[in-house]
Amino acid sequence: MKYFGLIWAGLFRKKLRAFLTLLALWSAFALLGLLQAVNSLFNGGADFLGANRLITQARTSFTQPLPMRLMTQIESVPGVARVSHSQFFGGKYQEGGSFFPQFAVNPQRLFDTYPEWVMSEDDKRRFVTTKDGAIVGKLLADKYGWKVGDIIPLNSFIWTKEDGSRVWEWKLVGIFDGRDSEWKKRTSLMYLNYGQFDEARNPRARGLAGVFVISMNDPDQAEKISAAVDAKFENSPDETKTQSEQEFQLGFARQLGDIGLIVNLITSAVFLSILFLTGVSMSQAVRERIPELAILKVLGFRDRTVMLLVLAEAFLLCFLGALSGMLSASFLTTRLPPEFPITTDSRVWLTAGICVVLLSLLIGVPPALRALRIKIVDALAGR
Amino acid sequence: MSTLTQIREIVVMNLQSIPQRLGASLVVVVGIAGVVGVIVALLSMSQGLGKTLGSTGRADRLVITRGGSDGELSSFLDKASTTLIKQDPAIAHGKDGLPLASGELIVITEVPRFGQKTGANVTLRGVEPAGFTLRPELKIVDGRKFRPGIREIIVGQAASKQFDGLRSGAELRFRGQSWTIVGIFTTGGDAHESELWTDAETAQSAFGRVGVSSVLVSMNNPDAFDSMKARLVADPQLNVDVKTEYDFFSGQSSNLTFVIGILAGFVGLIMGIGAIAGALTTMYSAVSARTQEIGTLRALGFGAMPVIASVMSEALILSFAGGIVGALIAYVAFNGYSVSTLGAGFTQVAFQFSVSPGLVFKGLIIAMFIGFIGGIFPAIRAARMPVTNALRGG
Repeated sequence: MKYFGLIWAGLFRKKLRAFLTLLALWSAFALLGLLQAVNSLFNGGADFLGANRLITQARTSFTQPLPMRLMTQIESVPGVARVSHSQFFGGKYQEGGSFFPQFAVNPQRLFDTYPEWVMSEDDKRRFVTTKDGAIVGKLLADKYGWKVGDIIPLNSFIWTKEDGSRVWEWKLVGIFDGRDSEWKKRTSLMYLNYGQFDEARNPRARGLAGVFVISMNDPDQAEKISAAVDAKFENSPDETKTQSEQEFQLGFARQLGDIGLIVNLITSAVFLSILFLTGVSMSQAVRERIPELAILKVLGFRDRTVMLLVLAEAFLLCFLGALSGMLSASFLTTRLPPEFPITTDSRVWLTAGICVVLLSLLIGVPPALRALRIKIVDALAGR
Repeated sequence: MSTLTQIREIVVMNLQSIPQRLGASLVVVVGIAGVVGVIVALLSMSQGLGKTLGSTGRADRLVITRGGSDGELSSFLDKASTTLIKQDPAIAHGKDGLPLASGELIVITEVPRFGQKTGANVTLRGVEPAGFTLRPELKIVDGRKFRPGIREIIVGQAASKQFDGLRSGAELRFRGQSWTIVGIFTTGGDAHESELWTDAETAQSAFGRVGVSSVLVSMNNPDAFDSMKARLVADPQLNVDVKTEYDFFSGQSSNLTFVIGILAGFVGLIMGIGAIAGALTTMYSAVSARTQEIGTLRALGFGAMPVIASVMSEALILSFAGGIVGALIAYVAFNGYSVSTLGAGFTQVAFQFSVSPGLVFKGLIIAMFIGFIGGIFPAIRAARMPVTNALRGG
């Protein structure tokens, strides 16, 4: 640590070059931060979700609603604590307004299976008893300035009412928030009371529940329970597929396909270019300073110390570049609209940390070895 | 010597000395190759998608869906509406005297990608017999057509390459029933190739549906579109949207193309900043390596312009090389690479990356731009160096 001043001075010996190299590193790590944040969406970014919930969907596709009568059968499976159901509503609010998801649910069952949503008991009671009631998450309520008592018209592109109209009016009876910061971030959705939804919709579609959400007493039983649920409906027209809530959510992201692969390809292309660039400018910096390094040795610095000084300089360079890039990336991701739920989480920072170490070794070791091998006489003579 | 002669001499001399600074010069080439490669690859993806969706459908065929639905998936037309639509006088008639109109039912099914367990949404399209007459571009490349009334499926060529278990003779299970794949079809690389097809009535009975999602019709005369649309929309017994098949599918790519465009622009901008930094470092150090040479030239009477030209030509030639390398890598690695992603209908669309000459040109423009910025500042510095200092080596 006592050599920090020396390393710092070496790094900024040529200010312009140091600044330009840092700029290149900044761009590499800003991209790494952003792209890996996108990538973690595809590889288990949803691990905040409770491990004690399963989702049962129609085997053919989750877009095929399952009938309500399956619910009691699912409830009878040992280990199942509570079952709720959820139907995607697909409503549009206002002309050209941005889209937010709505789900038609049974209010009491929703509260039982999702303790993560926090709401006052009065609001809960009102949602249970108001047939055309709806509750919205805090973020959404803030965005549109909704208050309890407002009527929210939604134009569903999926569900028609019995009279053929597609405009549904919902009475806002409560605003819910998340239990912790992770869940507070996700309060951009709306729940609708299944009561009005089922009663008013086209009779052909009545009695369809959507997907079922199972909450379990013991998460370790998940595999057994999902196998038991699926076995119940095997070879029936309503074959099911039961998986953990996390798998279900990841399935959505994976639908986007090979984006993960493409993102990783871009990241490596960026890194190869930057590796090359910083490597060249680092070795140039050391080459110019060979006489100075020789003088350090004359002053009594050991060969190894000089080598470590060069290595430390490479590390400091990468570290500063990485830090600025990652800070920009995480600042940007917090500023994204909630439709893009990407964050530079600890996983991304870890990746960046590994990259800093690797990069500084790759660009630092060759010039460091060169510094190690400097012969004082030759170096001072400029040979 | 005239300025032009001076420029020629100094540029040639400088370019011949590039191999002496090869390592540093490669920084420009590699940095720019990275930027151009990534941008061209990303844009070739959106171009490929646009090509697939844009080639789907013709202007003389119409897709009729329920009014206000934003695609076939959320559309529903009952038997009565379907019959009514098929009676429109502008619809062409086949040799059998029946209208060339096919009521089609869309159902989403899940099929795993190769090497994955989670299913991807794939469209199962139930078509009426006229659906084949309507689409002369459809050809069976392997096996045979499905027979109506039996649970048989034909699979699009692109889908069979993207998803696991979609081979001729394989079985699929939907709603507790077994379906046999009896053939593979091609439609010339359009979006239907990402689908599974079966008989409309078989699909209706298997999935418990009574109506269809959309009706595809062929017109006598493409000019009849406006009047036919007006007639159907005004019909009080109907509530429908009418679009040409071409418009219907082209509209679906715009959203994703937009997102990819933003991504490419964003990634390109950040990478471009890095590449400009790299180019500047290289060109500054090239100028400082040539300090004495430049000083000598100036002392011999070479003007500032030729010095600027020599630095700029080096920067531009290196970045041009980088642009070519990047575009070449993107071409070799990605052209024709097939992927699939979620399309507008919430189902998979398989498409191929397409690196076109236009994209390569775009990439080269970006390369030259970076090279210009990376060269101009060092060039000005070189030209402004006082001759006496330069001769002493800065």
